[in-house]
Amino acid sequence: MGLLDFFKKIEPSKDKKIAHTAFDAFFTFAFSPNSVTKGKGVHIRDGMDLKRTMFQVVIALQLCYVFGTYNIGHQHFKALGMYPDLFQAFHLKLFYGLTKLIPLFVVANVVGLGIEFLYAAKKGHSVEEGFLVTGALIPLIMPPDLPLWMLALSVAFAVVLGKEAFGGTGMNIWNIALLSRVFIFFAYPLDISGDEVWVSGLESTKAMSAVDYGWIHTNVLNPIFGWFGGAQYDVGATVADGFTGATPLILAYQDGWEAVTQHYSSAQMFWGTIPGSIGETSKPFIIFGAIYLIAMGIGSWRIMSSMFIGAAISALLMNAWGATPFMTVPWYYQFYMGSFFFAMAFMATDPVTAAGTTRGKLLYGFMIGFVGMIIRVLNPAYPEGWMLAILLFNTFSPLFDHNVLQKNMAKRLKNA
Amino acid sequence: MKSRPILKTKFTLLTTLFFSFSACFGQAGGQGSSLVNILLIVAALVAVFVLLLLADNIMRVEAKSQGFDSESGDFGLMPKLGNLFAKKAPAYTAGASTHVLKAGHDIKLEGAPAAHFAEAKVNRYAVQPQNFRGIFPIPKLHVAVGDEVLAGEPLFYDKDRPELKYVAPVSGEVVAINRGAKRSIAEIVILADKDQKHRELPAIDWKAASREELSQYIQANGAWPLLRQRPYDIVANPDETPRDIFVSSFDTAPGAPDSELIIRGNEKAFQTGLSVLSKLTDGSVHLGLNGNGESKPSAAFAEAQDVKLHYFSGAHPAGNVGIQMHHIAPVGRDGVVWTLGVQEVISLGNMFENRAFDGSRIISLTGNLLKDPAHVRTYLGANIGDLLNGQIDGDDKYRAVSGDLLSGDEKTGDQFVNFYDDQVSVVKEGDHYEMFGWLSPFAVKPSISPAIPSSIFTDIEHDVTTNTNGETRAFVVTGQYEKVMPMDIYPQHLMKAIMSNDIERMEGLGILELAEEDVALCEFVCTSKMPLQEILRDGLDYLREQD
Repeated sequence: MGLLDFFKKIEPSKDKKIAHTAFDAFFTFAFSPNSVTKGKGVHIRDGMDLKRTMFQVVIALQLCYVFGTYNIGHQHFKALGMYPDLFQAFHLKLFYGLTKLIPLFVVANVVGLGIEFLYAAKKGHSVEEGFLVTGALIPLIMPPDLPLWMLALSVAFAVVLGKEAFGGTGMNIWNIALLSRVFIFFAYPLDISGDEVWVSGLESTKAMSAVDYGWIHTNVLNPIFGWFGGAQYDVGATVADGFTGATPLILAYQDGWEAVTQHYSSAQMFWGTIPGSIGETSKPFIIFGAIYLIAMGIGSWRIMSSMFIGAAISALLMNAWGATPFMTVPWYYQFYMGSFFFAMAFMATDPVTAAGTTRGKLLYGFMIGFVGMIIRVLNPAYPEGWMLAILLFNTFSPLFDHNVLQKNMAKRLKNA
Repeated sequence: MKSRPILKTKFTLLTTLFFSFSACFGQAGGQGSSLVNILLIVAALVAVFVLLLLADNIMRVEAKSQGFDSESGDFGLMPKLGNLFAKKAPAYTAGASTHVLKAGHDIKLEGAPAAHFAEAKVNRYAVQPQNFRGIFPIPKLHVAVGDEVLAGEPLFYDKDRPELKYVAPVSGEVVAINRGAKRSIAEIVILADKDQKHRELPAIDWKAASREELSQYIQANGAWPLLRQRPYDIVANPDETPRDIFVSSFDTAPGAPDSELIIRGNEKAFQTGLSVLSKLTDGSVHLGLNGNGESKPSAAFAEAQDVKLHYFSGAHPAGNVGIQMHHIAPVGRDGVVWTLGVQEVISLGNMFENRAFDGSRIISLTGNLLKDPAHVRTYLGANIGDLLNGQIDGDDKYRAVSGDLLSGDEKTGDQFVNFYDDQVSVVKEGDHYEMFGWLSPFAVKPSISPAIPSSIFTDIEHDVTTNTNGETRAFVVTGQYEKVMPMDIYPQHLMKAIMSNDIERMEGLGILELAEEDVALCEFVCTSKMPLQEILRDGLDYLREQD
């Protein structure tokens, strides 16, 4: 119990609000509290609490983190025409990814948690766990080269206006992670859409453009790698001929499935060795996370499956219509491209912003899938729809519940 | 035969279906773009689906209007999805009205009461006016400290209902009248005689008596408080005739006493009690039977007369009378119903069998700190300290609870078992810190969540404490209450309606059907550690004030 004594010793006085809130957050992180049930009501409680619930989502995201980090580096070297095999120059790719991901992760969490701590201190309650998940999700849905100040601004916007203004964890209407992304999407669209942003570390994706290494690559990592005799970052490398930074969705939007297959094989798209937001590309790892969430009883299989069905039906109808090249992409290939699975597993299933009733969840998921596919295919500005569809149906999820509850109420009043 | 029109309807509908089906596909087969084809197929599928649903509904409505019991047979076109995968009820329930409840959870705890009787020497008993929800907090007393009373002698009455007496469960001397907050009377303590003496009640021929005479007799002689009323879960109002009366013959709560043990030797009194009850209502007395056991419940339950029998199969809270009521005939604004437990029915029956107030109770002592967790024969309102005397093993800090661990009240050794409780639970206090308690995958704690891996092994008997295992939060997780709530109720939305004092919504979402014990399991599983029972009671009190 040495650690417990240590914590007790350093506990700041309750007058120092911010210090005490921060202490409390770290203390309850290290030790589950000694609070006991009240004398009335239940005397024993289920072992499950919100911290554990939230942490399961973080666990489910781990594989996406590992692969996403590595893929940043892999895409970078692919653009330069170097090390085309996935595991070639493993250390270069991994460390390149880390130098991109760690700053994003740190900024997102420092800003988000900082705001949470401030609000918790101000309101006089303990720091809630919601940001544990939000802070893990946000880096995964951003392009790797996103300027850090932009990320900080978007996280601050999402947490303050999206969550704290509504009363904190459990009270928000919109998914916080998506809110921060949609903020960048509308405020700085050039930094989160188009062909240029998905591959990291290039001045441009056009052929012969120079690479853009930072101080850490040339002055810290290169000497270390050199000392071990490994390959080093090449500051003279240029973008290879015939390379495109466009994601499969952009290609499909312009010229249909044919154009996509010229650049990417379906296996690449499935395993995720394609440009895109950091965590969204690898389907098997995301599906593994989804299965983990379902097995732990935390992600709703109803939302996930109905969202899949909704998207499939929507894509089928698009196939039948076939007015633009994108519409003719076979419905099953729609799932190879873009962030459908990530949105399905981690975004749509956020219990706070999703519908809460069993039937409401089915309808909610279906509508996201159906409308999201329409937005993806028909939106001229940006060929992806899940972010907007989920935020849209976050807004309407109380309506789905209302409908179900009204039926329940009507039945009861009829019986009476 | 009555079934002919049904067969005819079924045939007609199936024929219509067949023709509409072929018509749809006939059209879809023509020339046209692929979009038209797909749209036609979708339209055809939707049409077929709607027709099927319609037909299914009509069949069920028809069956209902013809007066068939929809529980004993399925009159729909399609089997209900739930029935296909439902756990089968045991064979002995065949032919009886049976409800298989899927939602629910049995919490297995160490120290379950053994099926024998332990010795407990209880000297003091108390009647606690606060147990009788709905009466005025300062009742009028018939007795003073130092008075000698007989078992069945009136102790006090509510000033609004002077004819409704609350009586002594045992004979002895009134040794204390303890007051609670605002001079309310908390306890009337009786030091029991060694040899119990009963007040002899006036003779009555209950078989011939009218409802009015029975009601007056029961009120005057102290058995009325045994009857509880829903909505609100309060002492029954003598001015109202209940629509139905519900009795649950089994208790699924952790550590609850075994009703097979309770009924042994009391079969006749139980039947008399049920027969008396059947005279008090215009509707029926419904007896909920245990459909979980390997063998049929004892004959006193399974072959009871003057009642309608219903088997319930499923985990806790399947034994709660509120859950059973919901599946038999839900209560709402249309009237009141009364509820009783097995021992209350026996007490009522004994009043007519023996012409004496029967205050005896069999209670279970449960918890892994007890040396001999078992059943005990005692009387209403037994002293907790006396009951547990010599039972506690070790020096652990513990909490004694009157009732089960999900909905009981914490008591000190100087306090007494509540009037409606037939269980005393003992549990370790959990006021200790646990390093990374929220993270450890090796925690062995009762839970319904697979994120606590020990929950996969459903046979583990848990060593529990009163630790909350986390801090209170706002509602975040959805759908967890529904897993343990075998009612067509949305608990989370109901709780939110209560918290916002939305009367119409709470009533619509079913607050009138509930008592605290029915949402206790939801409160147990709550990830956000919300006090659901407290919220529910606030809502019920608020509604009662509005009436």
